[in-house]
Amino acid sequence: MREITYAEAIREALREEMKRDERVYIIGEDVGRFGGCFGVTKGLWEEFGDDRVKDTPISETAIIGSSVGAAATGMRPVAEIMFCDFMGVAMDEITNQAAKMRYMFGGKVKLPMVIRTPVGGGLCAAAQHSQSLEAWFTHLPGLKVVMPSTPYDAKGLLKASIRDDNPVIFLEHKMLYGVKGTVPEEEYVIPLGVADVKREGRDVTIIATSLMVYKSLEAAKLLEKEGISVEVVDPRTLYPLDEEKIINSVKKTHRAIVVHEAVERNGFGGEIVAIIMEKAFEYLDAPVKRVCGKNTPIPFSPPLERFVIPQVEDIVNAVKSLL
Amino acid sequence: MGEEKLWLDMYISMVRIRKFEEKVVELFAQGKIPGFVHSYIGEEAVAVGACSALEPTDYITSTHRGHGHLIAKGGDLKYMMAELYGKKTGYCKGKGGSMHIADVDLGILGANGIVGAGLPIATGAALSSYLQRNGRVALCFFSDGASNRGTFHESLNMASIWKLPVVFLCENNMYGISMPQRKGMAVEDIADRAAAYGIPGVVVDGNDVIAVYEAVKEAVTRARAGGGPTLIEAKTARWRGHFEGDPQIYRTPEEIEDWKKKCPIMRFQEKLIKMGILDEAKIREIESMIAREVEEAVRFAEESPYPEPEEALEDVYA
Ligand SMILES: Cc1ncc(C[n+]2csc(CCOP(=O)(O)OP(=O)(O)O)c2C)c(N)n1
Ligand SMILES: [Mg+2]
Repeated sequence: MREITYAEAIREALREEMKRDERVYIIGEDVGRFGGCFGVTKGLWEEFGDDRVKDTPISETAIIGSSVGAAATGMRPVAEIMFCDFMGVAMDEITNQAAKMRYMFGGKVKLPMVIRTPVGGGLCAAAQHSQSLEAWFTHLPGLKVVMPSTPYDAKGLLKASIRDDNPVIFLEHKMLYGVKGTVPEEEYVIPLGVADVKREGRDVTIIATSLMVYKSLEAAKLLEKEGISVEVVDPRTLYPLDEEKIINSVKKTHRAIVVHEAVERNGFGGEIVAIIMEKAFEYLDAPVKRVCGKNTPIPFSPPLERFVIPQVEDIVNAVKSLL
Repeated sequence: MGEEKLWLDMYISMVRIRKFEEKVVELFAQGKIPGFVHSYIGEEAVAVGACSALEPTDYITSTHRGHGHLIAKGGDLKYMMAELYGKKTGYCKGKGGSMHIADVDLGILGANGIVGAGLPIATGAALSSYLQRNGRVALCFFSDGASNRGTFHESLNMASIWKLPVVFLCENNMYGISMPQRKGMAVEDIADRAAAYGIPGVVVDGNDVIAVYEAVKEAVTRARAGGGPTLIEAKTARWRGHFEGDPQIYRTPEEIEDWKKKCPIMRFQEKLIKMGILDEAKIREIESMIAREVEEAVRFAEESPYPEPEEALEDVYA
């Protein structure tokens, strides 16, 4: 099967959905001819023109606020926020408008909108350009939160997100844009709320998100050489969350580790741990562990950044500590 | 004669910024400086004209394109370069990097990775100065793109109703990444936006360091006397891409070449030669002095150690 990058897969999903539905448009900073800060929307302005690929001033509040207004009145905006860190600029529009409008109106409005934004460290981009803020959004009933790891998942899940009638926060990892993976030529859509077992194993379940899926798979490979069999489950969407697949895996392996790049404290990992405790406690042979970002902002200096972000050896050590 | 010394210092400061930035660009290309670098080359007259009109105790807020502001406000090249390298000896112990260099002792309240974030912070420093009656002024650097953020409008309004001692200095370099100013807003002069807040709006040639100095001096004097804020728009251009590595598909090479002909340093140099303040020998002397400073900064950065990984856990709380 053909291989394309994560960025290309996202672009394909955008192109296909824009062709399929005239109500879909892109809005964001430098998304037009420039093609977006990470090049994801390259070529779409040439293909679809000014009206459907809208370059904005530096006005995140209005990018998201206008998307709410347009979504409420018949359009299907796909907004790009250049870095997830800038979501704060539009946080009222996300928290108090997008997430709640349908509920407050007694179910009388639909908000079919997507906000795509890159998360994560690894580029020495420092504290305001490296955060993984998914927990901000999973804490808001009314939003769906998608966090794909592979090109295949990114494409299928973005298509589903654009077709969804709810606001979806679509979190892309900036270190994944250049990563290649197989993606079929034929059209497909991956429903939101279905986890994927990226590797089967017997001894320990790792529940990992985004870039950490790759680091967990690498750790699993190293551990295999020592006779330790690791299962890696990628939830792919944090809400809706496929609890069943996570629980079934834990019931099989009796041990679980949650791995994410976001800071540990009050991170999404805590939610997964709680679900495991509530639904699979009697199956556990060891306490559930978290391997997460340190509870600090992301520092600039390379050795510091490396230290605060979970690395393969941290995952390997955590697995061994459970056996 | 006081003015002659000031002009000479301003010239030296501009050359210092230019040479530092040229070196940074070179080191970034060699992979020695990690992260992002936004070059200030071409805009030197704005930082130097503005900071020369401030007292050492006054405050500035800077931007992602901040190296020039920091140098003009007295930043030490050694600690700046060490920070760009991510070394323990840098201004922020390696935690900040190019976009977050700060020296609170020099009144530098930080470069900033969030466009438009400096405006309310400068407004707050001015409010603090008013409440403490300490006579300090805050000057906020930002560019055209930032003036489209809500923080710009909220800050100008708040500062104007409370007559706060703050100067909003827009370095209009005509682009926010790929977005030309003429597409990002429907007004030609950003200074016109001052009218909406009932404060003076002034346009100056941002490549004329004395024009910038005089406009800022007047605004600072008014601010210190309780007359409230001013919006100054200095029209200029950045010679390099938005960030190092920017393919710059949004403008032509000719446009950049035209701006290079209006080089703020060459213009000032010619003026100072005519005034008898500079001559060839003096120019060479200044250049070799700055070259030594820059080399020393690089050596300091390269010889400095990286922080220990565990130091990442420090400084989160006071
Ligand atoms: C709130 C926010 N939005 C977007 C960005 C990404 N970004 C960084 S610099 C920049 C352009 C800034 O343009 P301008 O204010 O004109 O400053 P200049 O680069 O010209 O100095 C953008 C959009 C950001 N850092 N912060
Ligand atoms: Mg600009």
